[in-house]
Amino acid sequence: MFFVVCHRLFEYPYMQEIEISQLRALTDLIKQRYDYDFGNYAMSSFRRRIQRIIELYKFASFDALLEKLKVSDAKFFQEFLSEITVNVTEMFRDPTFWVELRENILPALLTDNKIISIWHAGCSSGEEVYSMAITLKEMNLLDRVRIVATDIDNSILAKARDGVYSVKNMEVNQKNYERAKGLYSLDTYYKEQNGKAYLDKTLVKDVSYREHNLVSEVSFAKFDLILCRNVMIYFNQTLQNQVLKVFHESLYKNSFLAIGSKESLIWCEIANKFLVVNNEEKVYKKVKD
Amino acid sequence: MHNRFQLDDHYRAIVIGGSAGSFQVISKILSSLPTDFELPIAMCLHRLRHVRNGFVEALNIKSTIAIKEPHDKEPIRKGNIYLAPANYHLGVEIGNSFALTTEELLNNSRPAIDILLASAAQVYGKRLVGILLSGANKDGAMGMKRIKDRGGLTVIQDPKECLIDTMPVSAQKLTTIDHSLDVQSIIDLLLELNQRVKNAKES
Repeated sequence: MFFVVCHRLFEYPYMQEIEISQLRALTDLIKQRYDYDFGNYAMSSFRRRIQRIIELYKFASFDALLEKLKVSDAKFFQEFLSEITVNVTEMFRDPTFWVELRENILPALLTDNKIISIWHAGCSSGEEVYSMAITLKEMNLLDRVRIVATDIDNSILAKARDGVYSVKNMEVNQKNYERAKGLYSLDTYYKEQNGKAYLDKTLVKDVSYREHNLVSEVSFAKFDLILCRNVMIYFNQTLQNQVLKVFHESLYKNSFLAIGSKESLIWCEIANKFLVVNNEEKVYKKVKD
Repeated sequence: MHNRFQLDDHYRAIVIGGSAGSFQVISKILSSLPTDFELPIAMCLHRLRHVRNGFVEALNIKSTIAIKEPHDKEPIRKGNIYLAPANYHLGVEIGNSFALTTEELLNNSRPAIDILLASAAQVYGKRLVGILLSGANKDGAMGMKRIKDRGGLTVIQDPKECLIDTMPVSAQKLTTIDHSLDVQSIIDLLLELNQRVKNAKES
């Protein structure tokens, strides 16, 4: 009977109960041993990432994972880091945002002849960077833009650079691209081979991909546009406040910040330094230094 | 006062999950609530992933209380009704606010009912009521188990009345269900709950 019950439970993910105190012990250990601070990640999703890792790596218990992390193992920690961060995304996610970008935001940045600088903060596997490059190319702007794409996870940056995605994702990407008022067909920009879509790498040849941790690092340059969509949702309010300060410092006055469609700055301490440009698409403008 | 369900007065939040066959049911429930309902209600209903608008509007036609799709970290307020937005998971975060995420699909869904129910159970414990309606997959079963394990109240729509009973039946197989009710009885339970909480506050 015991085995029958166990078998049934295993059909359900996230079954391993983990208490807040255990999560605290885990984040303390990681901070001490690996110098990454997850203490201000949103608890509900962080818990699920840990549950997921326990299931994925078939750890017998939460404590078994903790023990594994106590032994400094750089290779395992890199994998752990990749699993903690959520790397689920689409090209042209929220197509109406890309229409706003094409029709209003980018034109607003074109008032003079200077180079436009864009930061993709938390670029994950690179779909958003390719979407941006395609949009810019179709506006004949690719040469006038400097793009920096950063992520906490070094291994996902390699993926972002490669631009090789599963063909089964391309159907959604194509639909998004059409709704985003793309000029051609998305397959103009990739070749299909062995179930993979190989994006045209020349699109991102000038993109600078860098490892950067929003939690611990400061501003490193100034930008005209920062995209950080569906990244801060994994942080608690304290950390969101802190990261928004980094973005504020990294933006020229009157330049733009884009966040996810269901994110909001209203609960952030320095929200009053930004003005809502488009509330549906969550585009903000920095109006105060 | 009616006391059919013998409810405690310590409840602080309600979560509702539904899928195929639940739209009429949820509409009926929402049309029957008093405008000064005491508890927050968070709903996760399976919906088209790439259609952002229209669903809340459709539910609002019948609802006595205006429903909103919360933003990430939005504080949870009593008497408000919330709906998980398209293509995001909706969870409850410590500090009594919502958390949205773009994690992997769960039970082929985003939003997934299990994520709302389990995260709410973690925060509210025995102060939570979980209601699972008609649906065609097992989403919500794990979440209902979490609610029960933490001392909350579990309610399903009577499988005999469901258009598709897979969802409530899956929950029944995985955990103890306190009440299996037809729609009118679910409404009666919510009204009784509201009265109990209201009375406790006044006394």
